[in-house]
Amino acid sequence: MEKGSAAVARTAVNVGRTDTMTASTWRWLATAVAIAIAAALPFWLRNYHVFELTMVMIYAIAVLGLNILTGFNGQISLGHGGFFAAGAYTAAILMHRYGVPYWATLAPAGLICFVLGVLFGLPALRFEGPYLALVTLAMALATPQLLKYFDTWTGGQQGINLVKPMPPAALGLNQDRWIYLIALLALLIAIRVAANMLNGRTGRAWVAIRDHPIAAAAMGIDTARYKTLAFGTSTLFTGVAGALSAFAVGYVSPESYSLFLSVSFLVGSAVGGISTIGGAIVGGFFIQFVPNFANDISDAAPWAIYGLAMLVCMYTMPHGVVGTIKPVLMHLVQRAAAARGNRAQRSG
Amino acid sequence: MAPILQLRALKAFYGQSEVVHGIDLAVEEGGMTVLLGANGAGKTTTLRAICGMVRSEGEIVFADKRLDRRATEDIAALGVAHVPEGRGTFVALTVEENLRLGGYTRLRNAPANMERMYGYFPILAERRRQQGGALSGGEQQMLAIARALMMEPRLLVLDEPSFGLAPRIVEDIFKIVERIKQEQHVSVLLVEQNANLALELSDHAYLLETGYVVASGTAKALADDPQIRRAYLGY
Amino acid sequence: MHELLQQVFSGLAAGSIYASVALALVMIYRSTDLVNFAQGEMAMFSTYIAWTLVNAGLPFWGAFAITLVVSFLGGMLIERALIRPVENAPVLAAVVVTIALLLIFNSVAGWIYSYTVQDFPSPFPDRPVFGALITTRDLGVIAVTLIMLLLLFLFFRFTSTGLAMRAAAQNPASARLCGIRVGHMLAIGWGLAAAIGATAGIMVAPVLFLDPNMMGGVLLYAFAGALLGGITSPVGAVIGGLVVGVTENLVGTYLIASQLKLTVALALIVLVLVFKPNGLFGTAIVRRV
Repeated sequence: MEKGSAAVARTAVNVGRTDTMTASTWRWLATAVAIAIAAALPFWLRNYHVFELTMVMIYAIAVLGLNILTGFNGQISLGHGGFFAAGAYTAAILMHRYGVPYWATLAPAGLICFVLGVLFGLPALRFEGPYLALVTLAMALATPQLLKYFDTWTGGQQGINLVKPMPPAALGLNQDRWIYLIALLALLIAIRVAANMLNGRTGRAWVAIRDHPIAAAAMGIDTARYKTLAFGTSTLFTGVAGALSAFAVGYVSPESYSLFLSVSFLVGSAVGGISTIGGAIVGGFFIQFVPNFANDISDAAPWAIYGLAMLVCMYTMPHGVVGTIKPVLMHLVQRAAAARGNRAQRSG
Repeated sequence: MAPILQLRALKAFYGQSEVVHGIDLAVEEGGMTVLLGANGAGKTTTLRAICGMVRSEGEIVFADKRLDRRATEDIAALGVAHVPEGRGTFVALTVEENLRLGGYTRLRNAPANMERMYGYFPILAERRRQQGGALSGGEQQMLAIARALMMEPRLLVLDEPSFGLAPRIVEDIFKIVERIKQEQHVSVLLVEQNANLALELSDHAYLLETGYVVASGTAKALADDPQIRRAYLGY
Repeated sequence: MHELLQQVFSGLAAGSIYASVALALVMIYRSTDLVNFAQGEMAMFSTYIAWTLVNAGLPFWGAFAITLVVSFLGGMLIERALIRPVENAPVLAAVVVTIALLLIFNSVAGWIYSYTVQDFPSPFPDRPVFGALITTRDLGVIAVTLIMLLLLFLFFRFTSTGLAMRAAAQNPASARLCGIRVGHMLAIGWGLAAAIGATAGIMVAPVLFLDPNMMGGVLLYAFAGALLGGITSPVGAVIGGLVVGVTENLVGTYLIASQLKLTVALALIVLVLVFKPNGLFGTAIVRRV
């Protein structure tokens, strides 16, 4: 933390020295501050709130996976709850049956979900629009049924109880804070990886396929390969999120992974901004807090309030919160940069 | 004779870009006016502006009524029939259904009008139960014109009717348009790239270049103008 | 053999419910390019309206007629007020709006009418006929569905408004040039879809019993049926719905009961779609470059 604040101080001095702060320097600064605050939060909040924020970050990772597939690559999925469950149960079974330490379950969960995603993505190549929606919907519906059916592995209806991850004694943290920090690290890594992929060649291919599939193929982009890769990458993210949720909750059961979870992910994506990375975080907040908030307003018809919240979001910001705000911000930043450029020209 | 259509300082936009920069244009009642110009000159955008299909600024006056703030369907009901670029055929509906749709705003006279259309375009009568999409390019163009005429329009707006058609068919179509113009007392605003043919048939002409009117006058005057002949007529 | 035929016929009765809702879904999809996920809950809400009227003393068919009119108007209102704002927005926004409507209708119905399961009267007695192959109630349901389909067919094929609606759905730009108010046509489409849904709900309520979650399974099967038939084909929707109804019944009787039935039925449908990715009667979307 000391290093961090020294760096922040140094940058502040630089600000005073010249006024050629570029947009990217502002962004680094803002990001560093945000991460610092996020890391410090659990020490100021009560355990339950820490848990809630942990779930926000976990949902954010899951929604980020969905954004990659549906937002950037244009393949709709109503079934991501199933992949979330796959990640959760992989972690749970490895921990419970095979005694694998929790931190070693993340990679297998991610890998298995990646493979599942690719296996699903291959036949999904044939489907578009509402057809793909149905196929993924079928998977979402099948998930609780299959989980109950293979009960020797999954513990059936009862599910599996887990021992929540224990923090290393040296750090002196409690369980909730430890898991929070793990989730935060995972979220930061997820954002970094997603940003690299999306800003690079893969991301451009995905967007090209989404917007102009015929032109993309004509340009030599292997559409099948990239679409399948999008599926696998997406489910990898959501699967890892699922595994993390098993740590956070300490319990997996078929009921938790119903169709409603898949729908929540999609709603979170849309509300945050489906073709954005930051929107996933907004989506995580929406999924975690709005249902409770709705319950507080009306315990007779809470889902009506939830639905109303969705309507308000879609009418005011049809491209999602980040999807609407980001272009406005970029525009302002560019105008400010242009104005500064003009001033520099005139004075120099 | 007062112009049936008058554009004053019309600006029109293709998306966000302004592509027509404040033009004046008039179509005489009962006459045929042609709008010439190369690709991208703004001809189609002008026609779309008249029919409320794109954003515009300035005045559009049709027989004493202002069109510029109205919705496309209202403009159509007022008597402006637009045959769009690409014909706009309802490909999954039959020829007869296409014509019935043209008559949607003039239901009472529709059966009589349809018979008259079959008179002008016998080939449509033959194909009346076929799907619009099964017709050839020339037949679809005839269908599009017939559909427009079912509206009993006072102004017929034709966007590149010769596009993609063989010269013989184009001649046939234009002969029919000429006949219709006289018998039905319809004024015609025509956009054409085939300048030769268009100038032969029209009364007045405007030449559009990158959104500005660079020449206007009687069709004969423009056809005789050596500069225009060299640039657009090829001789 | 006799039992097989029995299951097929009762599957057809269930299938005609799915066919109706599937048809409503296809109608809305063709005009607005949107799957109305709230179709089932709208139908459920209409059924509660009919239930209220019947409990107030109205004769069945009178309550039915009034409910149809109210549902038609309600559907039009929903399109104008709730769907219109997102018609130019990304499709996902409209999808989320329909999901929101689903939640709102379900929740409000539960709030007004509670989640207690209610009886709903059927206008048809429930007697087996034709050597116990089918009941009079199932026959009644199939008959009502057929009459409704016939009326719709006549409306779309022979009336000007019906033709204008077809035109507005296929080619809104050209429709406008013919003087057709495309917005009105969309609203009428939603109104008709709501009325069709109401009919389906009223027909199915005596069997499934009336509660706010009554139409959840129906919507899923109808959605599957619509896609099986081809989401752009009304004929496909009807056939798809019927096939799904029969399949569901046969799977439930001969293969696997209760919970897994839905999964297996959907899996079969997905299997068919793998070979026919645009449904049995759907046309591939030809994209011009």
